[in-house]
Amino acid sequence: MTGFPTLLYKEVLRFWKVSFQTVAAPVLSAILYLIVFAHALASHVQAFPGVSYVQFLVPGLAMMAMLQNSFANSSSSLIQSKITGNIIFILLPPMGPAEIFAAYLIASMIRGLIVGVGVFAATVWLVPVPFLHPLWALAFAVVGTAILGVLGIVAGIWAEKFDQLAAFQNFLVMPLTFLAGVFYSMHTLPPFWQSVSKLNPFFYAIDGFRFGFFGQSDVDPWASLGFATATLAALSWTTLRLIRRGYKLRH
Amino acid sequence: MPAVQAAEVRKRFGPVRALDGVSLSVEEGEFFGLLGPNGAGKTTLISALGGLVGADSGTLSVMGHDVTRDYRAARRAVGIVPQEIVFDPFFTVRETLEIQSGYFGLRRNGEWIDELLQRLALTSKANANMRALSGGMKRRVMVAQALVHRPPVIVLDEPTAGVDVELRQTLWQFIRSLNAAGHTIVLTTHYLEEAQQLCSRIAMMKDGRIVALGSTAGLLAEFSERVLRVKLESGTLPPVLAARARPDPAGGFRIPIADVAHVEEALRELRTAGAAVASLEVGEPELEEVFVKIMRREEKVL
Repeated sequence: MTGFPTLLYKEVLRFWKVSFQTVAAPVLSAILYLIVFAHALASHVQAFPGVSYVQFLVPGLAMMAMLQNSFANSSSSLIQSKITGNIIFILLPPMGPAEIFAAYLIASMIRGLIVGVGVFAATVWLVPVPFLHPLWALAFAVVGTAILGVLGIVAGIWAEKFDQLAAFQNFLVMPLTFLAGVFYSMHTLPPFWQSVSKLNPFFYAIDGFRFGFFGQSDVDPWASLGFATATLAALSWTTLRLIRRGYKLRH
Repeated sequence: MPAVQAAEVRKRFGPVRALDGVSLSVEEGEFFGLLGPNGAGKTTLISALGGLVGADSGTLSVMGHDVTRDYRAARRAVGIVPQEIVFDPFFTVRETLEIQSGYFGLRRNGEWIDELLQRLALTSKANANMRALSGGMKRRVMVAQALVHRPPVIVLDEPTAGVDVELRQTLWQFIRSLNAAGHTIVLTTHYLEEAQQLCSRIAMMKDGRIVALGSTAGLLAEFSERVLRVKLESGTLPPVLAARARPDPAGGFRIPIADVAHVEEALRELRTAGAAVASLEVGEPELEEVFVKIMRREEKVL
């Protein structure tokens, strides 16, 4: 654990120095989604009994922003370092694969969580939501941002060009987050799409997170937490192996 | 214990044999030169030393620590200044050096950082963003980054490319004082004059192999010589000199002489033969000549 605290500090400092872009901007876009969708759809949808559509939207939008920013943090940091070449300053010191992995992961989670808190801080004035089980919400926030933080590490290591990273983001991460039930309850879908949604790990993160607020969800929160944690464990194990092998980092 | 030891190190990149059985050892406290044309494998060898490249076979160690099995100790023992100028645009010079110290587990390294900044003439730029620095300054920050953990072995991969003359002198002064303080220096450079002045021992590489290895003085004695360059206005060389002389590409003749005392002897013979001398100069042995000869010899072998 020689370099881990510093690499974590550096990764946090990196996004914090440009927090207007990395924190404020995603909070603003979440608010815009909320205003537009609330206006367009408020009257004709009610996802859960006793929960208005606008209320239903808030945790989903917060989670979506958290997931996307967690992914953006590790992936963009790694690809920038690779393309500019300054990744060598991380590869030359005596840091082990687990240290590098953990530092990028935790920094991503911190950015995701800060963005999440920002979304709530900004929307609580517009739309008050209940907060019935804070621990559940926290557990899913942690696991959800971690999954995307790890995915960001994989994408950042794999991609050799910004173009490839953008493809990963636009064709995998974006569809999976959009179709994870941010804007609708899964139960409103036809049975086929319900089963497809159940293969999407992001769905469990959002559904479980919402349970933390309303005490209601599409899937039992324990099952969601189990599925999300298993996904995280499998991804982390694979990624750690990639880093240990030096995949695309050490030749 | 050698500071750096390589034994039969091989590395292929596809069809290219970047390292084709490299063996060498650099003793502690040496100022060692690693020379060779582009693509000879110098940078690959240095990268393997720092763990950026994994060798296919062979062993490589720094201060007795194997670079793969005992990588933490090996990397603590070596500071590498890479060839390409790279930097992190998010940070200032001081932040860059503090962060680099942290990667080595050094939390309170301010005093040494201050000294590095001062020795490398960067003190006034300590709080400037990396983006705002000139190329030469960025390179000196990279030197400082490689030294934050006071490594016993310092490897410089063409550190003076693109650095102006005055700063080059500052840099060499600093590196020399580190060498005098006991640090082992491994240097690659295209400026052979620099290598001749600085390095006590030299390895030359070509196509992934070591093609010459020896003390700088030894290589100079073997492959280069002190010559008398003579241009004649009239007359011819006396037979004694003509037997040894070779045509000089710059016009005139090159006459090998063992030392400067022989200049007089040669002049006397010229005078006796009635030759009028247009110009005369003594050429000292040059590493460049050694380099060219060795590289040519290798081409013939292939």
